[in-house]
Amino acid sequence: MNKIVAKEQFSENVFRFEIEAPRIAKARRAGHFVIVRVDKNGERVPLTIAGSDIQKGTITLVVQRIGVSTYKLCDKNVGDSIEDVVGPLGRATKIEKQEGTVLAAGGGVGVAPLLPIIEAHHKIGNRVVAVLAGRTKDLIILEDKVRAVADDVIIMTDDGSYGTKGLVTAGMEEVINREKVSEAVIIGPAIMMKFGALTTKKYDIPTVVSLNTIMVDGTGMCGACRVSVGGKTRFVCVDGPEFDAHQVDFDQMLKRMGGFKGEELEAFNRYKAACGK
Amino acid sequence: MASIEETRKQEREQEWRKAVRDSIKPKDRMAIERVKMTEADAEVRSHSYVEVNEGLTLEQASQEAKRCLDCPTPLCVTGCPVEINIPTFIKHLEAGKILEAAGVIKETSSLPAVCGRVCPQEKQCESKCIYNKTGKKPVAIGYLERFVADYERNSGKAALPKQEAANGVKVAVVGSGPAGLTCAGELAKKGYDVTVFEALHEIGGVLKYGIPEFRLPNDIVDFEINNLRKMGVKFEADFIVGKTATMDDLRAEGFKAFFVGSGAGLPRFMNIPGENYNGIMSSNEYLTRVNLMHAADEKFDTPVIFGKKVAVIGGGNTAMDSVRTARRLGAERVMLIYRRSEAEMPARLEEVHHAKEEGVEFHTLCNPVEYMADEKGNVCGMKVQRMELGEPDEKGRRKPVPIPGAIDEMEVDLVVVSVGVSPNPLIPDTHPDIKTTERGTLEANDGLQTSVADVFAGGDIVRGGATVILAMGDGRKAAASIDEYLKKN
Repeated sequence: MNKIVAKEQFSENVFRFEIEAPRIAKARRAGHFVIVRVDKNGERVPLTIAGSDIQKGTITLVVQRIGVSTYKLCDKNVGDSIEDVVGPLGRATKIEKQEGTVLAAGGGVGVAPLLPIIEAHHKIGNRVVAVLAGRTKDLIILEDKVRAVADDVIIMTDDGSYGTKGLVTAGMEEVINREKVSEAVIIGPAIMMKFGALTTKKYDIPTVVSLNTIMVDGTGMCGACRVSVGGKTRFVCVDGPEFDAHQVDFDQMLKRMGGFKGEELEAFNRYKAACGK
Repeated sequence: MASIEETRKQEREQEWRKAVRDSIKPKDRMAIERVKMTEADAEVRSHSYVEVNEGLTLEQASQEAKRCLDCPTPLCVTGCPVEINIPTFIKHLEAGKILEAAGVIKETSSLPAVCGRVCPQEKQCESKCIYNKTGKKPVAIGYLERFVADYERNSGKAALPKQEAANGVKVAVVGSGPAGLTCAGELAKKGYDVTVFEALHEIGGVLKYGIPEFRLPNDIVDFEINNLRKMGVKFEADFIVGKTATMDDLRAEGFKAFFVGSGAGLPRFMNIPGENYNGIMSSNEYLTRVNLMHAADEKFDTPVIFGKKVAVIGGGNTAMDSVRTARRLGAERVMLIYRRSEAEMPARLEEVHHAKEEGVEFHTLCNPVEYMADEKGNVCGMKVQRMELGEPDEKGRRKPVPIPGAIDEMEVDLVVVSVGVSPNPLIPDTHPDIKTTERGTLEANDGLQTSVADVFAGGDIVRGGATVILAMGDGRKAAASIDEYLKKN
């Protein structure tokens, strides 16, 4: 079960996996995520599904290694199995015919969950302009796959090593100023989504973000993933992961994502010492 | 067919039973003091995960069994949600026929070692015991149930229940908690081809992620699960019915009926300022991290906060499990915050007693109204409103009323909110054809059949928050209804 059939390294810390999960491959829609437990000691990590192949019975996940469990996951190779993969979880993205352009902004590994959303919009005939952003050239992922389905692609890097030098918000404003944008989708690090949301709010563009909060069970039982949306507490795992970007309390979410930072760092240092990394 | 009552009355008149009954005069039986459970030392156990109640010895159990008067109309049975044949099992025990005693319990209860540990006996069977009327302590039925079940398990002679020949009819059980496990066992006895689907990676539901090992060791739950496997029950972990596959998908794969025992879901919070600060979590999250994910063990990757000053909000069994877990994780000060007085606490008396022994502070008539945090967003304090008891509410419990101006501040670095849960939303959300109540629970008739004919349900998803024994009772009842339904259709 859950055998890895393909692995590709995108950048120093970002890997793409194709994993056997036939039922999930069939059931999943854009916006869904899975919970992955790498081995019997691993954390339950939520990862948004980046694609699937129903014939092969596989799903695609893009993983950024950042803590113990994701490092262990990225050390797995083709032929290895993952202890647990469960899903698809969350609510699927609402894909509706839009009069104007759909602006899809992705930062870092956020481009992976953005891709199936772009594909779904493309499929029903929406015009999609993608803004892909990263700190530097190496961190721009899945560009070819996005180009294959988006009507236009703008690349932004912080250091100017690829595309235009500048933040994701500059690329977004470029699109907003040149054409009628009727919906925006922003997926990336919380801080990037926060500023992306502030940008579209200025122009009153309905905007969706996909949140990647801390989770434990991921099935609506523990409440670790709660966020304030429009002043109300919502659960990302069952009410989300997508929410109205203009209602999300990003400052609270940013703080909550750091809720176990000390413990995580300690565990990571122990792990590094144990395997000599 | 004779009714259960008649059969049980006839059993009571059997020669061996009369002989046991007549062997000691009732007066002498009543003179025996109730047995005391041996407990691990409070100081030692509050730093470890050893089981607190150590169980009775054979001598203790036999002696306690003698206290039972074998009443002609046993009231204890009326206090048991699944009507275990209590006097018959106790008299078998007194006669030294312990495996037979186990057999008697298993006629009506699938998980006796579990129920012997976690049932609130003082509110059920033991509350009805005739001894209460004489001012004496009731027969320790719960301890005896546990003794008999443990004896059978450790004897290596635990017999699998008799099974009817396999009929090849596939039934799906959704959720592997007490309701699901019981239903699966009952259906397997009737010859069905049962698959239990579990969303988490572990089988056992609340018995694993919720109830800590110092109250219910995992080995005991695993023993029951293995017995079900031996009976041919299949388990699929990491499978969320409604998400991984819908009931329609499973119908297409040949499943003829469903039992939904998907249990509790979203934790309730109080919607007070600061509740989403770091270091404030639901008891479900806290206990799941520690019990299911082994977060307190360095070898496991999942983190937990080792609070030094911990407040747990609530007065139920889950709140007791949380305070006692916090002690075991090294907290210096653990405070239970409950808005009513101790008399109204829904937790089992034994848990309250154990928590106090382990040094938990009880702050009753006290309710949090606001949390404070440091610059990083980590909780560092809370404001509590002192309360007094007012008029009784519709359930007869006296309502807590705030005392104007009586607000105190407390220093905390971890808060565990244990004020209840809503039903699990996964099945209602993904199967809108199944009717729900206003509270979000599934609607079910007396036979536990839902509005969709081949779907039955029980436990917390129907009751909205109950006990292991009630969930188990539902599992049994639903299995009987499913059997009836499948034979007709």
